[in-house]
Amino acid sequence: MAIIKTEDLTYVYGDGTPFRKVAVDHVNLEIDEGEMVGVIGHTGSGKSTLIQHFNGLLKATSGSVYIDGERLWDDKAKLRPVRFKVGLVFQYPEYQLFEETCYKDIAFGPKNMGLDKQEIDRRIKETAKLVGLPASLLDKSPFELSGGQKRRVAIAGVMAMEPKVLILDEPASGLDPKGREQILGLIKEYHQEKKNTVVLVSHSMEDIAKHTTKILVMNKSKLFCYDDTAKVFHRAKELEEMGLAVPQITRVFNRLKAMGVQIGDDVYTTKYAKQLLLKMLANQ
Amino acid sequence: MIKDITIGQYFPGKSAVHRLDARVKILLTIAFIVMLFIADDIAGLGVGVAFTFLTFIISRIPLKMMWKSVRPILIIIIITALLNLFFVHTGEPYFEWKFIKITDKGVETAVFMVVRIVCLIIGTSLLTYTTSPIDLTDAIERLLSPLKKIKVPVHELAMMMTIALRFIPTLIEETDKITAAQKARGADLETGSIFKKAKALIPILIPLFVSSFRHAEELALAMECRCYHGGEGRTKMKQLKLKLLDLWGTLYLCLFFAGVIVLNILG
Repeated sequence: MAIIKTEDLTYVYGDGTPFRKVAVDHVNLEIDEGEMVGVIGHTGSGKSTLIQHFNGLLKATSGSVYIDGERLWDDKAKLRPVRFKVGLVFQYPEYQLFEETCYKDIAFGPKNMGLDKQEIDRRIKETAKLVGLPASLLDKSPFELSGGQKRRVAIAGVMAMEPKVLILDEPASGLDPKGREQILGLIKEYHQEKKNTVVLVSHSMEDIAKHTTKILVMNKSKLFCYDDTAKVFHRAKELEEMGLAVPQITRVFNRLKAMGVQIGDDVYTTKYAKQLLLKMLANQ
Repeated sequence: MIKDITIGQYFPGKSAVHRLDARVKILLTIAFIVMLFIADDIAGLGVGVAFTFLTFIISRIPLKMMWKSVRPILIIIIITALLNLFFVHTGEPYFEWKFIKITDKGVETAVFMVVRIVCLIIGTSLLTYTTSPIDLTDAIERLLSPLKKIKVPVHELAMMMTIALRFIPTLIEETDKITAAQKARGADLETGSIFKKAKALIPILIPLFVSSFRHAEELALAMECRCYHGGEGRTKMKQLKLKLLDLWGTLYLCLFFAGVIVLNILG
């Protein structure tokens, strides 16, 4: 069964004012459990608005959202449990840190769930390890940490709720290349270890290509497509027309193909590209 | 929820009211307030009401914005009306029961006060609806500039106002974002006692404070990088110049003002 399902989901900002804007336009989609989904789209294409519907932060202007088969907003009291089921990490999540120590900050979510002290402690230690946060930092103030470490604390704060679905909006933005790799790496590890559903919003096609199994493309408030990573990047031309790129390595291989080098289709990670190249060289 | 705050809610437009010089608009608004308060009979007040409505229509601001600007102070208006109704004891009594006494004078004062306050609010809101906050502070700076002679730091005050206004939308946006992020972690802001609700605000206020300080620091640095050193010898990108329209605007108000005075003398 689909863990996230939307039916004709539409959201309008500022209805009835001069600034009216349709941000999400009749989106129908089904995301299966255990999937690692990448969400791509131009700035302002409605990605962030869309994902805020998945945990009931925004209420659809029309249409509905089902999480685990249950329709959101039928009963307002049931929204909070949904937020524990669908964890959402916003862009620049380090700006939400507020507690005296990292330990307390990570505990905020689990505490709101009403868990007992031991369980909270277990979850904090586990997630801290998962995001690569040394135990010695747990008793420090989050404001003393470096940018990358702050982000880890913030992500841990959502992971500690052990949500069935983890949604991350640009988790690696503003970090240096090494920091990016580490954050995305730990998210992938989390996905492989927990077998939970992960939704990853990103502008970097390389990151998306490397880590996700499926891609959801938003274009001008509409769902352009939701398909396997390979199939989506196969539509390079359409993606480029809407101002999105395909991974650089895909561009190189498409160009090679256009030049008459028969080497293989659907190349979107450097790892696969290397394999193909080596194979080709061995054949010669 | 937070988006409904009307501070500096500017409705861009090209109407005559929009195009008036901001300095003239401020002075006219002050004259308008004086007009409302010197009108001492129904006819005079009627002129004030007519002016308010007519100007609102000229400005082409949606009429429902009138109600939106009055709504937040509805309680104050009602209390004012009731106080006047019950505590003005001069004039012919309509109704008397124990210590409660309602007189014709009381009813009259109550109606007068309500109409005055409503017109006052609508008129001054119109100023902020039709003038961008930046123009407004610019105009205030110019109007207050004579005070520089007695060493009032007019430019600095105006700068502070501009910066404060500039950051209101930014901080509102940030509050929305932080609120959403904490709600995503299960923060409960709606239920519980007042004490519990106040405590629930901590996870929102602390990040907001931290980010305000960050903004202030970044802004100070950016200003210093551009060699900002106060108002001395500073020129303006947008020069305020009086146009023919401003004369017409002034005449338009003078007409109504004269009407009120004439009605006062006749009445």
